[in-house]
Formats: sequence, C-alpha cells, structure tokens
Amino acid sequence: MKSVVNYFKEIYFGLRSLITGLRVTGHYITHPKEIITQQYPENRDTLKMFERFRGEVVLIHDEKNEHRCTGCSACEVACPNGTIEIIHKKVDVDGRKVKALDKFVYHLQMCTMCGLCIPACPTDAIKMANTFEHAVFDRSKLTKILNKPGSKIMDGIK
Amino acid sequence: MEETITTALESQEYFINMGPQHPSTHGVLRLVLSLDGEIIRKVEPHIGYIHRSIEKMCEHDSYQQIVHLTDRMDYLSCHINNEAVCLAVEMGLQVEIPERVKVIRTIIGELTRLSSHQLWWGVMGMDLGAITTFLYGFRDRELITDIFEETCGARLTMNYNVPGGLMFDIHPNFQKRTKDFVTYFKKKLPEYDDLLSNNVIFRERTIGIGKLSKEDAISFGVTGPTGRASGFSCDVRKHYPYSAYDRVQFKEILRTEGDCFARYQCRIAEMWESLSIIEQLIDNIPEGPFKAPTKAVIKLPKGEWYQKVETARGEFGVYIISEGQKSPYRLKFRSPGFSNLSALDHMARGCKIADLVAIMSTIDLVIPDIDR
Amino acid sequence: MKALYDFSYLTSAIHEWLSSFLSPNGVLITEMILVGIAFMLFFAVLGLVLVYAERKVSAFFQQRLGPMRVGKWGTAQTIADVIKLLMKEPVINREADRFLFNLAPYIIMIAAFMAMAALPFAKGLQALDFDIGILYVAAVSSLGVIGILLAGWSSNNKYSLIGAMRAGAQIISYELSVALSLLTIVVLTGSLQLSVIVESQADGWWIFKGHIPAMIAFLIFLIASTAETNRGPFDLAEAESELTAGFHTEYSGMKFAFFFLAEFANMFIVSAIGATVFLGGWMPLHIGNWQGFNAIMDYIPPIFWFFGKVSFMIFLMMWFRWTFPRLRIDQLLTLEWKYLLPINLVNILVMAFIGLVGWHF
Repeated sequence: MKSVVNYFKEIYFGLRSLITGLRVTGHYITHPKEIITQQYPENRDTLKMFERFRGEVVLIHDEKNEHRCTGCSACEVACPNGTIEIIHKKVDVDGRKVKALDKFVYHLQMCTMCGLCIPACPTDAIKMANTFEHAVFDRSKLTKILNKPGSKIMDGIK
Repeated sequence: MEETITTALESQEYFINMGPQHPSTHGVLRLVLSLDGEIIRKVEPHIGYIHRSIEKMCEHDSYQQIVHLTDRMDYLSCHINNEAVCLAVEMGLQVEIPERVKVIRTIIGELTRLSSHQLWWGVMGMDLGAITTFLYGFRDRELITDIFEETCGARLTMNYNVPGGLMFDIHPNFQKRTKDFVTYFKKKLPEYDDLLSNNVIFRERTIGIGKLSKEDAISFGVTGPTGRASGFSCDVRKHYPYSAYDRVQFKEILRTEGDCFARYQCRIAEMWESLSIIEQLIDNIPEGPFKAPTKAVIKLPKGEWYQKVETARGEFGVYIISEGQKSPYRLKFRSPGFSNLSALDHMARGCKIADLVAIMSTIDLVIPDIDR
Repeated sequence: MKALYDFSYLTSAIHEWLSSFLSPNGVLITEMILVGIAFMLFFAVLGLVLVYAERKVSAFFQQRLGPMRVGKWGTAQTIADVIKLLMKEPVINREADRFLFNLAPYIIMIAAFMAMAALPFAKGLQALDFDIGILYVAAVSSLGVIGILLAGWSSNNKYSLIGAMRAGAQIISYELSVALSLLTIVVLTGSLQLSVIVESQADGWWIFKGHIPAMIAFLIFLIASTAETNRGPFDLAEAESELTAGFHTEYSGMKFAFFFLAEFANMFIVSAIGATVFLGGWMPLHIGNWQGFNAIMDYIPPIFWFFGKVSFMIFLMMWFRWTFPRLRIDQLLTLEWKYLLPINLVNILVMAFIGLVGWHF
C-alpha cells in the first residue's frame, strides 16, 4: 500500500516541480520588458564604456601636438609581453646629444591589457583608452606608432 | 556451438574520443572513454591541449608581471589567483598590507567566486540539456562583470592586484553597485532552485551519480566544493584565513553524500555564503592607502614561500623559490582543477555517458587551469 | 468567402473543372500532383515559419531578442539560413555508407509527408480521409525512426550510432503511449476516421467532454509526442552536450536541413493529431447551449481554429524544451514503462467504463 502511495506522491511532486520551472520561464516570456540584449552596432552612439576600461595604450597628445614621453623605456621594461618598443634618436639639447623618443611602437596584437605600463611611466605620458573595436583585416595594422607625426615632447618634461 | 553463441553475444568494449573539441568538455580536454554500450568502463583524461608553460614564463618575469599570467589560468577566479601570487610575494617581502586592501580583496574575491558559480550553474544546466539556464546564469554574471569593469578596468582578466596592494583604489560607485547587485541577486537565487535544484528531472539526473567518498576525496586531493560535498573539510578561508576572512562570519558548507547533487547543493549554498560575506564587509571598508609602498623592482630574498587560497574550484597554491633575483628561480602552481580531474575516472566508472557529462560539470573544470 | 468555412466548395469546384476536360484517371493523377505540390509548398512554409518561431520563442524565454537583423524583426532570418545551407559543401565521411547516408534524410522527409496526408486541416480540406486515419498517422509517423537509424549507422561515427540507437529505443517505447492515449479518445468516438472524430466534437472538445481521463490522456499524449519527435527534454538522439549532434553529426548542408525540417514537420504533425483528437481539430469552441457565444465562435473560420490549436500545442512543446533538463536513457525508459504505460492502461479502462455507462457529455 505504502509503495502505491509513494508512486502517486512521486508523480505529484514531480509534476509540481516541473510546473514551478515552467512558471519561471513563463514569467520571462510574458515580460518582454526584462529583455537584456543590447543591439550592439546600433547602440554605438549611446554605448559608453566605464572610464577605467582598458582597451589599448595611447600616448597622450595635447592640442599643440605635444606629448610627455621622454623615451625612458620604463614601460617597455614593465611590459610582460614585449608589446611596447621604444625607438630612440639622438637630439641636440644645448649642444649635448640627448636620448629622445623617435618612435613609440605598440604591438596591439601582443598586448594583454594588463595595464602595468601605466603606473610604470614616470611622466604620465601614456594611458589606457576606452576603445575596444580593434578588429582589422591585416595583422600588420595592429602594430601602431603611437607618437603622432611631427609631435614633440612638451617643454619641461625630463 | 554454445561457445560461439556466447562469444557472439559478448559485448565488446569500444573507445570514444570525447574531445578535444566537444561541447561539454568546457574547452580542450580530451577524454578517451572505454565504453560497453553506453556504460563507461574507463575514463582517461588527456590534457595539455592548452598548455602555455605559464610556470616557465614566470621564471623570466618580474613579480609584478607574474600576476597577470595567473589571470589566464583559472580565468573564472582570476582575482583570487592574483591574490595568491601577491600574498606569496608579500609574505616574502614581509610588507604590512593596509587593512583597506585586505577588505577590498576579500570583497572582490567573493564577487569572483559568485560570478564563477553563476557561470557554473548556467553551464551545468546546459550540460544537462536545459539551455535556458545558461542565459540566466550569464544574465546575473553580467552585473558582476560590470562591477569589475568599473573598478578594475576589465571584465575577465582583471589584474587588479599588485604585490603590496591594489593597482588603483575602488571606484566611487563600487559600494553602491555591489549593494544593488546583492539585493538583486538575493531575489534571483531562488529562481535557480525553481529551475534546477527542485526539478524532478534534474534530481534524477544528479542524485546518487558520481559518488566520491571522503577517503577518496582526500587521497585524490580533491578540494573546493567538490571535496566538501564528500565531507572533506578543506576550506582554506576557514582553516588558514588570509586577507579579511578572519573577521567575517561564514559557514563552511559541508555535505556527506559526495554525489553530483551534493556538489551542486554545495555551490548553491556557497553563493549564499558569499553574499553574506560581501554584505558584512561592504559597509566596513576601512579608510587608508590602497597600496603599501614597494620598490619598483621587487627582489625577494633567498628562500621559499607557499601561499594557498580558496578559489571557486578549490585550493590554489603558489610556491615560490627565490634566489634573490628579480624573478623567481622556480614557481609552481597547485591548481585545483588538476587534482579534481584526477578523480574523474574513479567517479565515472559504471556510469552512462550522460552521467559523465553531469559529473564533469559538477567538478567544474576549467581547462586552462589544469594545463597552465 | 464561403470557401473559407467549408473547403469542399473549393475542392469540388476544382474537381469538376478538371473532370470537364480530363478522363477520370487523368483527373486523379492531376489531383494527386496538385496535392503533392501543395504539400511541398506547405512543408517549405512550415519549416520557415516554425524555425523562426522557435528561435524567437526561445529567445524570449531566455530574455533575448532573437534574430533581429535580416528583415524587420528578423523575419527573413530563416530564408537567409536556407541560402547558407544550400551553399554549404555536402561533406560525406570517407568510410560512410554513401547510399544509405544519402537516403536517410529522404526517408525521414517522406515519413513526415505521408503523415501529413491524413490530417484534416479544415472542413473539407483533407487529402485522404481513411476509416483508419489515426492508426495510419501513428504508424507512418514512427516510420521516421528508420531514417534516424540509417543516418546513425551509415555515418560511421560512434556518436551517431549511439544517438541512433537511443532514438530507436525511445521511439519504439513512446509509440505505445501515443497510440494508447489516442485510443482513450477513440473509445468514446467509436471511429478511427479523423473526420468523424472532428465531427463528434461539434458540441464540445473531447478534453472537456471526457472528464479527467481525457485530461490525463492529453497529458500523456503531450509527453509521449514530445518524446516521439525527439524534442525538448527527450532529445537524447541529438543530446548536444553528450553526443555533439547525435545521429546527424556527420551531415552538413541541405541534408542537415532536411533533418532539421523533418523535426519541425514532425512537431507539427503530432501537434495536429493532438489538436484533432483532444482539442476538436478545426471545430470552433462550443459551450453547451450558449447560442450567442457559439455563433461568435462559428464566425472564426475553421482553418484558423485548427492552426490556432496547433500553434498552442507547438508553443507548449517549445516551452518544455526551453525549460527542462534532458533525461537519461534509462530514466526515459523508466518514465515510459513504469509511469506512462500503466497509467495509460488504467486510464483506458476507466474511459471504457465511462463510455459504457455514458457519463461523458
């Protein structure tokens, strides 16, 4: 007798648990306002990343096309993956030959966005930008030269 | 005559390669199954398909740089991995870490654990055929990744810890966002029970499947929720408290059944515990610096250090041998996934293919964690 | 306008028009071809609509939007899918049995076609009105499993074979429950002919007229038919997370699309049978002596009633699929032999008693 009762009990509780599950999904199909999908390329204008989001390394330039990078290579040392390459040139300052930045080469394809180069910079010349659409058709386009052509170092930065 | 009949009727064992490309191996794990019909006779895990020699790479990196490599191991509990390396290095340097750092690390660590368990819950449902749970798990996880993104700057590989503290202070919105999330998730967590825990099909699929006794759990070195479901009290947070775990009240979830359902229940209960830990700490973040002053080039003195932490998967250990250089002489990670995987064969023998999938999801494997 | 309520006007008009210039045999052959083309077109449209519906419904269950890009609200998504599948290379496993491999999808499709022939879509819109309609549909709809078995066997893939064997065991067992639950209603109608069954529900659907046993039979039918179509919590033959894609792992391109289409066609067929037997087919909802209410219900054309009920059944099956986890093979058989079958047998007995005493309406 007991087994018969158990048999029907099993069916009853089984069906009830299934209906509880159906109720959860039923709730969501009847509340289309709770849909959380964002339509990405369409919402590009309103899509705003958080300010700390690490997208890529950029060299900050001001409106006079001046940056703060002295070419000290601290970021190159701090980088775990060899993402940053600083190419130097010799410039004459007051008749002395001084090392200065020629090219700030940044290999985006190797960057893990760890952000270690940012605190390593003694002059706060670089920062992480919020961009995230890095896909390109040619891998070589990922190797970027961050200092803009004709840019020079800001006065007073050593 | 009779002999030929018996040999003809005798079932023949055959082999199946499950993986490296298979939907339920969660990555590139390869299992060589020895099957008799649908019944599993033997499971032989073959690993190494995503081996990146992280331990060797660590021998050439400075201590700050090592931290970001651990993000890529158990990517679902990346913050806790980072914490382990940082704690080991701090132990070697003997620096006093500010209280603020300890509390923030604990909060973010618990958030990481929550997000890992949410993903596990979704994937567990999907492995058992309920695809909708996958989306619900990710829906709730999204809010945690938003918190991470705002404060740490990345959603998955956060690299928020540095030896001596944190990379930067928490974002002003951090506390509010976290509190919002806790209230939201407390409403959503019962939904998890409605969809899976109480579901009769789910219970049938998991209760009594993949049993692991306490003795076996200990001898295989199975830790984390997988070990605790077998009754093996192995919560590092409780037994060897690090960061701020010594000042919060939380229960170590222990179950004795050791089957898939116990492992499932263990993780669900852990989510409640994590929520309670976050609630205890979120209003009590002490003021102070977010980083202890350290040198730009960290050189550990000659010696050996071992630090273990509790990740979402189990006990994660970092063993550093230093020769006094700026990078370690040898660095060894004790990853929980590797030990947990080793018990798979023991658990899955005699089960069906469908059970193997259930067992694998309750172990909660992350393959990069196993291979490193 | 009249033809919308009774399609026999339309069909007899076509018949007379054809008879006016063709011999009786010629008329028969032409009509067969016409019906074949009509079904083929219906099949294609059905596939397009149901695939879109499934994607949208599943999306809304999962708090997603689903396809949104191709056409307004993604309505042309399935057409884009078809074009993609047409352009894909049909890869055949080197060690596969090529003949059976190519034959399997067609067997499944033909089985679905054959079952479709006996369905009463609306008043006077039925290709074949057998006196053994239900038996025929039940028999033919289980023919598809041969296609699945062939696909699994000929692929020369262990996953496919396991999936196919599972499907075989599953369909053979659940066929029993489907047939028995339908028999429960046949006890009351006294006929296997589908048109008679529909006509017998003019004063109320069997699910209401047959009291609790009819509801139990409906529930069992719902479960068993979901299992028979290899869907929802019973998709063991495909079992994406265990067997990658089960019996159609090795199929690609259009042949894969055939399997896909057949799944949806089968879903439509079992829903249509369920709607016909339990929910009154194309009969409008009539409640006792409420003349005004009945008149309003009659105003809705029968074909809309039929498709409305079928969509309701399909929606239920989708709801199951997107909520429940999958069963294991032994649990699947336990469910059938330990629960559904005994309950079904007792249910038939009770129903026979009710029919005998005349307690039904």
